[in-house]
Amino acid sequence: MLRQIKEAFRNPKFLVGFILFVLLLLMAIFYPMISMYEPLTYYATSFEKPGTYVNILDIANSEGVKLNVDTAAGRLDSVLTDDQKETMKDWLVRFGGVEESAIDLEDSESFLKLWQDNYDSKNPQKGLRTADKKAVARLDKQLTTALNSDSIDIAGKNEEGELEVVKSIPGDHFINAGSVGNSYTFPLGTDNFGADVLTKLTSSIRVSLRIGLVAGLIGTAIGLTIGLLAGFLGGWVDNFLTFVTNIFTVIPSFVILVLISNAVSASARGATMVSVIIGLTSWPWTARSVRSQVLSLRGRDHVNLSKLSGHSMPRIILQDILPYVASYVVMAMILQISSGILAEAQLSMLGLGPNTSTTTTLGIMMNWAQQYSAMQSNSWWAFVPVVISITLITFSLNLMNTGLDQVFNPQLRD
Amino acid sequence: MRHIRRAFSVSTFDEVIVLKGYLKYYGKRIMWYVLTLVVAVFLNFLLPRLMPGDPVQQLAAQATAGSTDPTVYLKTVEQYTKEFGLDKSLPEQFFIYVGNIFQGNLGTSLSKYPRTVTDILGGSIGWTLALQIPGIIVGWFLGNLLGAIAAYIRKSIDTVVLPIFMFISNMPAFGLAFIMIFIFSNKLGIAPSGGGYAYDLVPNFSMEFVGSVLKYYQMPFWTMVLISIGGQAIGMRSMSIYELNADYVKYSRFLGIKDHKIVMYVFRNAMLPQITGLAMSFGTMIGGNLVAEMVYSYPGIGTTMFQAINTRDYPLLSGCTLLITIMVLIANLVVEILYGVVDPRVKAAQMETE
Repeated sequence: MLRQIKEAFRNPKFLVGFILFVLLLLMAIFYPMISMYEPLTYYATSFEKPGTYVNILDIANSEGVKLNVDTAAGRLDSVLTDDQKETMKDWLVRFGGVEESAIDLEDSESFLKLWQDNYDSKNPQKGLRTADKKAVARLDKQLTTALNSDSIDIAGKNEEGELEVVKSIPGDHFINAGSVGNSYTFPLGTDNFGADVLTKLTSSIRVSLRIGLVAGLIGTAIGLTIGLLAGFLGGWVDNFLTFVTNIFTVIPSFVILVLISNAVSASARGATMVSVIIGLTSWPWTARSVRSQVLSLRGRDHVNLSKLSGHSMPRIILQDILPYVASYVVMAMILQISSGILAEAQLSMLGLGPNTSTTTTLGIMMNWAQQYSAMQSNSWWAFVPVVISITLITFSLNLMNTGLDQVFNPQLRD
Repeated sequence: MRHIRRAFSVSTFDEVIVLKGYLKYYGKRIMWYVLTLVVAVFLNFLLPRLMPGDPVQQLAAQATAGSTDPTVYLKTVEQYTKEFGLDKSLPEQFFIYVGNIFQGNLGTSLSKYPRTVTDILGGSIGWTLALQIPGIIVGWFLGNLLGAIAAYIRKSIDTVVLPIFMFISNMPAFGLAFIMIFIFSNKLGIAPSGGGYAYDLVPNFSMEFVGSVLKYYQMPFWTMVLISIGGQAIGMRSMSIYELNADYVKYSRFLGIKDHKIVMYVFRNAMLPQITGLAMSFGTMIGGNLVAEMVYSYPGIGTTMFQAINTRDYPLLSGCTLLITIMVLIANLVVEILYGVVDPRVKAAQMETE
């Protein structure tokens, strides 16, 4: 046994899969602990981009430091998006009399110069709706403000209720982002509810892994028992169990999963309940392969010897059969864990997963991303990390399985 | 190859006996599938009824949510109980259920009242079949091609292309659907994000409508193809390597048969076990593919099932699960028969075990 484990770790596929899996597991266990956020607490109100959010009032109240850098270009980038550039380009071609070939969107500086030279709000702009005219004018004003590096005055109400200048902020002053009192970093942004995606993701990986593990354990236990009994006892027991197993390998487990989950009320469907349901439907393939293994073992000499010595059936199964099928059982279980995680994600996508108010799983995160159309609103951070996590989990488990397969079946090596 | 030749060189008398054997064998298999179907129908009937809680009361409460008159509620409960036949004993209900199925009567939809379940499913099954069958077959074919090429060339394909497809095939189909919609529909704007055809069209056989359907078909189709390539390729690769080292290959080389001809033999032989792989993947793939349909709001069974779950439309959901089971059973049977036809060795082996 020890020799086989050593050999497994010398197999590159198993090793890579194992390291990947352990890394994911460590992240899932420890990140929610050290994170300053709770997975199910809402910090923002909807999808917000990944990044650090600093309080604007705090910045206004802080003392700045003068830096000798050009601030115009940076401001321009934050104001001038690609969409706006397109709008401006359209305007220039239609009303500004600029050749389309003369415009280079990549070169912000010369593009801006072209705009300042040719844009005129008094241009009749025939064919443009009033709303669009106003939008272009607003854009122009925004640009002017951004380019203006003069200081800005902040006004507040004094005791008589009149406005007076409280503070003047010069255009070239900076503040160390770390020294702002209220600053929050969301490394992967926030989801549709405003929860921190990274914390929620790691917490989801943990729950999903647990669901996969419990489902895999239950499925393997049932499959192992049925396979052992059918293979060892033979006769009508074997006929009956094989018949049942064959039927359930053909009827898609997805269908049974949906039927059972739909019948259990949403409030009763916790993560554990879902994993039990998945485990109850995922045993047939294990049962099948264990049975065929046991069948070939049953006639071996050492088993016959045990029988002649008058050993009891449980003892023969435990001592003479189980050690030989152990490697298959481990491999089958690895595959069941990965299919269990996928099954949970499928169920949650259909709205049949664990209760969404108490837990979060990878499937539930996907479901919310879909319901709040994260794909259409460009909020990639709400689903790309989730898809990658699911894929990495199943990928690492399958790599481990392939590696083990090569260790136990030397003829598969190439 | 020798086996095939032998199978074709038997006398006519033998052929009749062999044919009888085939018919007997396949007759038995079909009987087995019918039995499985009966079990599936039974489960479809029993599982929803086993669970605690009374769905009829829930449904009635939903249907009469606005009304304050208690008699309306009671009347609705009574009506639903009668409609679902819940006032009879369980075995009686089962026979009525089976009898109804034979008449093609799967009940009335609750969410799309008064449309019947058969009517709704009839409208969506065509979409699902048109997507899933070509998707699975093309994915299977491309996967085998890639696996064969990987076995023959090795090197860069083995170390770069194959792992990429392996990674993709570990993605759930609906996960890939998310990414595809984001890239191709949202970022590049070259494909519609969902639906079966442009929303302003009415289904008909005009060029415009067919063109629209084809345009909307691309993303779900390629999702299903991409997902299945990796798994098939890896199986085909190891089969091909095994065959490339077989004695008949060495012998053919010794005889001086041209390389591309040997490769043809090798791949044909390596391909056969892959057909079983195809059959095995139906049951596991169907779940992910149906959820992917739903992500694309493709008008097939997956989307219908999602709607049924969300609107608590029990008769419609039950119809969906039954239809999915029947589709998978038929697909398995077809592959099994096909396999026997393609590979006489298997046919012989199958008949011996009987």
